[in-house]
Amino acid sequence: MLKTIENSAAVTQAADQNQSTPPMVRFDKVTKRFGDLVVLNALDLDVAPNERVAIIGPSGSGKSTLLRLLMTLETPNEGVIYVEGEPLNMMPRNGKLVPADERHIRRVRQRIGMVFQHFHLFPHMSALGNVIEAPIHVLGLSRQEAVTRGEELLEMVGLVDKRDQRPSQLSGGQQQRVAIARSLAMRPDIMLFDEVTSALDPELVGEVLSTIRRIGEEHNITMLIVTHEMGFAKEFADRVCFFDEGKICEQGPAKELLTNPQNPRTQRFLQAVLG
Amino acid sequence: MDLLRFLPLMLEGAWVTAQITALALLLALVMGFTAALMRLSRYRLLRGVATVYVEVFRGTSALVQLFWMFYVLPHFGVNIDPFMVGWVALGLNIGAYGAEVIRGAIQAVPKGQYEATIAVNMTRWQAMYRVIIPQAIPNMIPPWGNLSIELLKATSLVSLITIADLTFRARQLNDRTFETVEIFTLVLLMYLAMALVITAGMRLLEHYTSRGLGRGGI
Repeated sequence: MLKTIENSAAVTQAADQNQSTPPMVRFDKVTKRFGDLVVLNALDLDVAPNERVAIIGPSGSGKSTLLRLLMTLETPNEGVIYVEGEPLNMMPRNGKLVPADERHIRRVRQRIGMVFQHFHLFPHMSALGNVIEAPIHVLGLSRQEAVTRGEELLEMVGLVDKRDQRPSQLSGGQQQRVAIARSLAMRPDIMLFDEVTSALDPELVGEVLSTIRRIGEEHNITMLIVTHEMGFAKEFADRVCFFDEGKICEQGPAKELLTNPQNPRTQRFLQAVLG
Repeated sequence: MDLLRFLPLMLEGAWVTAQITALALLLALVMGFTAALMRLSRYRLLRGVATVYVEVFRGTSALVQLFWMFYVLPHFGVNIDPFMVGWVALGLNIGAYGAEVIRGAIQAVPKGQYEATIAVNMTRWQAMYRVIIPQAIPNMIPPWGNLSIELLKATSLVSLITIADLTFRARQLNDRTFETVEIFTLVLLMYLAMALVITAGMRLLEHYTSRGLGRGGI
């Protein structure tokens, strides 16, 4: 409904044209350090269009940093991140790649959206205001268009009756669903979910997860999901990457990796998490 | 009691005081916002210029600044009328303090808000005026209330550069009538009344701007 049919047809067509299609996201030897601490260590990762990748691992393993680099909240120390073949943190100039300027970054990052652990809704705007703000001022939609779309999205996340409420009047789960709608309103091709249920009371986790499932059913969006919800990862993700010490320690099809991990570290982690 | 016969002249002075306060406050807001945003800029030059402004005007006395603009600028061929010297000097002075108030309030907005503006691909400028500043304003109002009252009181300095403000009128009347007790008590009360008006205004503003932000009084 929100993504056009041609678009999804184009994706299928592109996929048919063999492997020459660039991955939707590519990390090419990306290193991120905070001081002496190496958070990501020469990481390579390709994500195919419309693939859903769950990223799991102990805290401090670099999984959130991966998303933050892709959202340009952090800048890599080394390496290049590509979005559908186009460099994000670098840009071509005179046949070389140089650090990207803000204009380049904004153009490429237009295709990426992110949902945060702590929602980060704009507290001075209503739920609808949060959803229409950027479409009006960044995408340049008319107010009317933005409101129509914003209401559709709030409907989809089940909150159209809360459209005029401020974030402070909503529960955590409701705030997170508004945050998802706000992100979708920018029509991203790639959505990043950074532990989006970790700050929620247990009984509110389900409503957020089912919202994400619904997006998966209704939209063609590449998703990178950092999560501790192993059940959700197993049933929703195409692939699971287990991160440890700034590297992908093991990865594979979700069901396979989560039920039958090969690497001893993965086994230990899953044992600890699943109990 | 002939307080009543002082009143017309005193009210005339109070009106001048009010005008200077209002104009200086306006200038201080403009200077404060400009300098605060410059100090938060990515560009070293802008940060440097703003820092020099803030340090010079905070680090020297308002009276000396007034005298300097009044007595020294004419030597460089710059002649500004005293009334304007009055509100410009005080506006620049209070603006330097205000810049720090504004910068602090902007920096106190949670980092996640900046990150959310990046995630919806706003420009830095859009992020600032659509998301960050609206949330910073409720936090800057109480200190701006203080500064406004400081400013109101500092306007009495302009009486020393020939401007007929409330303090000037009081001294004039006192020199003529020697009714010191009545006159200066009346002046005191008039300043207090004006300060209370400012306080009330700020309180309204604070209430209005923090509505729905999910904070504020219990």
